[in-house]
Amino acid sequence: MPEQLLGDITKFLPEITLTVMFLVAICADLMFRKSPQIVAGITLTGLILSGAFVLNQSGMNESIFGNMIAVDPFAVFFKVIILMSAIFVIVFSLSSVELQTASRRLGEYYSLLGGLALGMMLMAGASNLLMMYLAIELSSVSSYILAGFTKEAPDSSEASLKYVIYGGLSSGLMLYGISIIYGLTGSLDIYEINHVLAQGSVSGSALAIAGILTLVGFGYKISAVPFHFWTPDVYEGSPITITAFLSVASKAGGFAVMIRFFKGVFIDPSATHLPEGMWASLSGFEWYHVVAAISVVTMTLGNLVALWQDNMKRLLAYSSIAHAGYMLMGVVVLSNEGLAAILVYFMVYLFMNLGAFYIVMVIANKTGSEDVEDYKGIGKRAPFLGVALTVFLISLTGLPPTAGFIGKLYLFAALLNSGWIWLAIVGALNSVISLYYYAKVLRNMYLRSEASEKKTEMIDIPRVQVATVLVLLVPVIALGLYFTPLVEMAQASVKMFGSP
Amino acid sequence: MPVTLDYYLLLSAVLFTIGVVGVLTRRNAIVVFMCIELMLNSVNLTLVAFSAYLGDITGQVLVFFVMAVAAAEAAVGLAIVISLFRNKQTVNIDKINILKW
Repeated sequence: MPEQLLGDITKFLPEITLTVMFLVAICADLMFRKSPQIVAGITLTGLILSGAFVLNQSGMNESIFGNMIAVDPFAVFFKVIILMSAIFVIVFSLSSVELQTASRRLGEYYSLLGGLALGMMLMAGASNLLMMYLAIELSSVSSYILAGFTKEAPDSSEASLKYVIYGGLSSGLMLYGISIIYGLTGSLDIYEINHVLAQGSVSGSALAIAGILTLVGFGYKISAVPFHFWTPDVYEGSPITITAFLSVASKAGGFAVMIRFFKGVFIDPSATHLPEGMWASLSGFEWYHVVAAISVVTMTLGNLVALWQDNMKRLLAYSSIAHAGYMLMGVVVLSNEGLAAILVYFMVYLFMNLGAFYIVMVIANKTGSEDVEDYKGIGKRAPFLGVALTVFLISLTGLPPTAGFIGKLYLFAALLNSGWIWLAIVGALNSVISLYYYAKVLRNMYLRSEASEKKTEMIDIPRVQVATVLVLLVPVIALGLYFTPLVEMAQASVKMFGSP
Repeated sequence: MPVTLDYYLLLSAVLFTIGVVGVLTRRNAIVVFMCIELMLNSVNLTLVAFSAYLGDITGQVLVFFVMAVAAAEAAVGLAIVISLFRNKQTVNIDKINILKW
């Protein structure tokens, strides 16, 4: 047993690296108060090192520390997404004007970002309910602090208070669900729970209640309706870099832990009559109907409420709720094809959503405003940013030739192939609605000009920021035109430890 | 009369409901945090009851983790309440309303 544990440590290197980096960053912050860039450098190094270890894990399919954490292609894919967005967010933070109001505490900010990334990495691999709970809480507690980081701004502290209250409520509900599952099956290990459930002696209604209560915790992380109430407020009130990170990485972690939970616990291992790549749910609790309903409500509400938003961050917050709804459609179909579609969508979503948030930040750095009304004439004042934002928004809508189209294409194909035609229609209608509010921003940028004369001077952007935008912009277009490698990678990454 | 598992489960369900209703209806942020603690502790009661009933120690291990995490969450939550109080001079949730819709 001890040898086993020691051997497992080598498969836990990415997380260990992040933990060490976190501790070093805290100490460095104490020594170099005046220059937070040092801490940023340490965090960045740690993230890149951890990324190298993660890439080293590709192809592994094992479970470590007594089935606490799975190291499988599925986890590796999500870890890559989380680390990439963490690296981007640190680069964003270096050029944020908003964060300079708290420059003395910036060291803490960078070290907490590392801690947040660690929590999300654990979410990607957790295969025990105890580990899932701890990973979710680790990332939640760090994000509460980061959401309220610019504490002098009243909306920031308000955002983090709302975040803590909703977070506490939903983690309490999730724990209650976990405790019922434990009482019904006598175990916290998802494989063992699945084994007990497959014998069919557990009452279906109790299981349904427990499953739905647990879903609250995951739904809160991915901001699915009706657990989304915190999302718009937190996204608007937090520093924009944190908003970008929460909208991508936090959702990725939430999706990873949710898919692993449902696939691990509720899939019938003995169903052999199915075609290759399809799964069957255990009878007693038809959880995918619940997820389908949540998916429809999530995307519809997200898109409809986004229609009358006039703050860019809030608009993108509702748009990110809608995107969570689209991605939930891929869970409903119960097939590897749907899962691969979610992975493709996530990789695309990483670039387009971070890109949109970054441009909002660059413009806010210069104009001090995130109001859609203040985007009038941006297309002329900053041509490059205007074009880039246009591409990101078109991609978020899901129109060709951008990567967003490919993400939606695979999702809808998976739905149609498994007969969920009504859900595909709802999804397509929602994409049409979303075009309206994205186009509203474009109309303000290009077709309307600023009434007052003084706001017509050009906005010039530092070269580094142009380069950062390009790093995000090129994949959005390139993946829209040549997507075979991404799709193949996603199809290879659907494999989870312990499931067929 | 022997105290069976049902009594413990019933008690913790009642405590949990009180906690949820408290979070949803109380207006003072500190009381809301107390209600969240009540929810978490009722979960602990459920876990310990199941653990004793099943003769399995895993549930009790989870209880320790829940207590530790609850302490961390309370520390962060109270710090946030203090920073909010410095800005607004109130902890009433109804008055904390810059961000809406």
